[in-house]
Amino acid sequence: MTALLDVAEFSKQFPVGGGPGTWARLKRRFTGGVQTLPKVYAVDDVSFAVDKGETVGLVGESGCGKSTLVRALTRLIDATAGSIKLGDRELALKPARVFARDRDRARIQMVFQDAGESVNPRFTGFDTIADPLRRLRKLRGKALKDRVETVATQCGLPLQLLTRYPHQLSGGQRARVGIARAIAVEPELLVLDEPTAALDVSVQVVILQLLQRLKKEFGMSYLFVSHDLSVVRLLCDRVLVMYLGKIVESGPAGEVFEHPLHPYTQALVAAVPRLHENGHERLRLAGEPRSPIDPDPNVCRFYGRCPRGTDACKTTMPALRIFGNRQVACHFAEEFLPPARMAS
Amino acid sequence: MSDAPALSVEGLSVEFRTRSGTVRALDNVSFSVGKGETIALVGESGSGKSVTAYAVMGILDPAGRVSAGRAMLGSLDLLAASPAKLAEVRGRDIAMIFQNPRTALNPIRTVGKQIADVLMRHGKVSRRDAPERAVDMLRAVGITDPSRRAKAYPFEMSGGMCQRVMIAIALAAKPALLIADEPTTGLDVTTQAVIMDLVNDLAGQMGMATIFITHDLALAGQRSSRIVVMHAGHVVENAPTAELFANPRHPYTAELIAATPDAAASLDELASIPGSLPDLRRANLPPCRYSERCPRRIAACAQPLPHLDVGDGHIVACWNPLPARLENAPKVSAA
Repeated sequence: MTALLDVAEFSKQFPVGGGPGTWARLKRRFTGGVQTLPKVYAVDDVSFAVDKGETVGLVGESGCGKSTLVRALTRLIDATAGSIKLGDRELALKPARVFARDRDRARIQMVFQDAGESVNPRFTGFDTIADPLRRLRKLRGKALKDRVETVATQCGLPLQLLTRYPHQLSGGQRARVGIARAIAVEPELLVLDEPTAALDVSVQVVILQLLQRLKKEFGMSYLFVSHDLSVVRLLCDRVLVMYLGKIVESGPAGEVFEHPLHPYTQALVAAVPRLHENGHERLRLAGEPRSPIDPDPNVCRFYGRCPRGTDACKTTMPALRIFGNRQVACHFAEEFLPPARMAS
Repeated sequence: MSDAPALSVEGLSVEFRTRSGTVRALDNVSFSVGKGETIALVGESGSGKSVTAYAVMGILDPAGRVSAGRAMLGSLDLLAASPAKLAEVRGRDIAMIFQNPRTALNPIRTVGKQIADVLMRHGKVSRRDAPERAVDMLRAVGITDPSRRAKAYPFEMSGGMCQRVMIAIALAAKPALLIADEPTTGLDVTTQAVIMDLVNDLAGQMGMATIFITHDLALAGQRSSRIVVMHAGHVVENAPTAELFANPRHPYTAELIAATPDAAASLDELASIPGSLPDLRRANLPPCRYSERCPRRIAACAQPLPHLDVGDGHIVACWNPLPARLENAPKVSAA
C-alpha cells in the first residue's frame, strides 16, 4: 500500500518564559549572542505513516502532544523540524498562514473536539458547511446549495436544520454539522480530534457508525485522536500510543490492546473500566509525568513513573524498535512479547 | 453496614421555572444508600443525576424548587432544614466533589488555606493547628511534597492534582456521606483510575457512604455495589451492580448497556437508542417518560408508573419489563 501521509522526524518545540532575566536577554540581543529560551518539547522526533483508506488511532494522556501533532499535520501551526508529506507533496515547508489558501488545503480536513465551540455561533448550519466550499472550491449560488445539501444528507442531517444556529441544535446534530463541514471539500485525510468526547453514549454510537459508513463510501483515511481506548479499538485499524511527545508503541489496534508491550500502554489498558469485569487489576501509574521543558535526551520519558525503571532507562533513551508489525520504544519489550511472535 | 441507611431520598420532585414554562426535572425519585455503601447514579445528560445531588445538598439554582419529597440524613430532613442548619451539616456530615476541580476551587487562595478553612469550620481544629493538618490531608490524598504543594494555587497544579485537593477538602471533616459528581470527567483514564482508587479506599477506611454520579456505565459497574439508572428525571431501575448487568429488566437500561462501546466486538454490534429525551416542559408528559422511545410499549404504559420489586432489591419502573435470566438481554432488545 502507498502511504497517503508520511511524517518523518517531526518535532515541534514551543519556547517558554522563565529563562535568563530580561536584562541578560537584552544584553545578548545587542551583543549578537544566540538567544536560548527554555523550550517545551511538545512533539519530539515522531515518524509514522497513514495509508490510503486506513484508520489510525492516536492515543495518549492530555499534555502528551497529540493535539500539537494533529494541529501541525493539518497545517494550523508550523513545524520546528521534520517533514510532512501528503502523497508527493511536502507540506512542512509551507507556512501555515499561506497554506490556508493552498490548493491542497482541501486534501486534509479536521473535525474538532467540541462541535459546539468549534463553529462560528453566528453561522447557520448551512453557512458553516458552505464556508470551506466557498473558499476552496469557489462554489456559488445553486451549485453551492446543491453541494451543501448533498453533504448534509450524507451526514444524516435533516435539511430543515440547515437554517438553524449552533445553539439551536443538539449535541449530535452539531457533531454532524462539524463532520459535514470537514468532508464537504472531499478530503483524502480526515483528522478527528475526539469527535465524540462531548456526546452521550447513545449519540456516540450513531456518530461512530456514521464515520465508519462515510469512510467506506468515500475511501478517506482517518487519523482518529482519542483518549477513549474502547472507541479506538472499535474504529481503528492501527494505533499509535504517545507519551510526552514521543511515540512509545504502535501496531494493529487489536494486538496492541490485547498484548501491550510498553509499560505505559499496559497501564493505559489496565485503567480502562470494563463493563463485564469485576475486580480490576491494580496496575497504576504513580506520580506525574516528567517535565516536557528541555528534557534530558538520554533519559526515557517514562522513567520515574514506570514500574520497571532501571539504570539503563536513566542513561539511554530507548529507540523505537520493530517487532513484526509492531513498534515499541522500551528496553524490555522482549519480555512482554507473546511466545508466538518470538519464534517468528 | 447497619440497617438504617445513611441517606434515604423519598419521592423527590424538583421543578425549574423558566421563561418558556416549568421544567419538571425530577419526578418522584427515590433511592437510599446504606452506611459504607457506594451507589452509582447513572444516566445520560439531562437525566437529572446532578439535579438530584444539588437538591440533596440544598444548592439548587434559585429557579429550582423542591415540590415534593424528603431526603433523610439520619433523622434530619435535608429538604426541610433551615439554611443555618444546612450550612452546619454541609461539609461536616455530607460533602461533595464537583466535576471540574479547577472551577470549583478558589483560584486566588492557596490550596492549603482552602483545606484549612474546612478544618477550622467543621473539623474542630484551631487556627494554629489547621495549616499543619491541611498538609496531612494533602499527604493522605497522595500528593508528593505536600508542605510545598500546600502553598500552591490551583492553576499551578494539574487536573488530577486539583481533583485530589477537592477530595482532601471534601473529606477534611470525615463526613458520613460523600457525593461525587462526575469526579473524573475530563481526566485521563490513567489518572481516573488512580483518583477512583483513592475515593474508594478513603471511603472504605472512613466507613463513608458514597453516591457516585457518572454517565460511564462501565466505570459505575467497577466502582459501586448498586446502580440507580435515571432517565428524564425518573429512576427507571435500581439494582445490585452484578444483577443489573446480568439481568437488566428496564428496556432503557438494556439499550444503555448495548450502546457502551466496551461491550461490543465491532462497531456494528453497538446499538443506538432511538429517539431523544422528551421535552420536560410539556404539559402532557406521559407517566413513563421513556414510553415514546420504547420498543416494548403496551397499553398499560398510560397508567401511573409502577415500582416493581423483582427480587433481591431489584426495582424496575416498567409495566412490561424484559423477561428475567436472558443470557444476552441487550441484543434481544436491539433486534
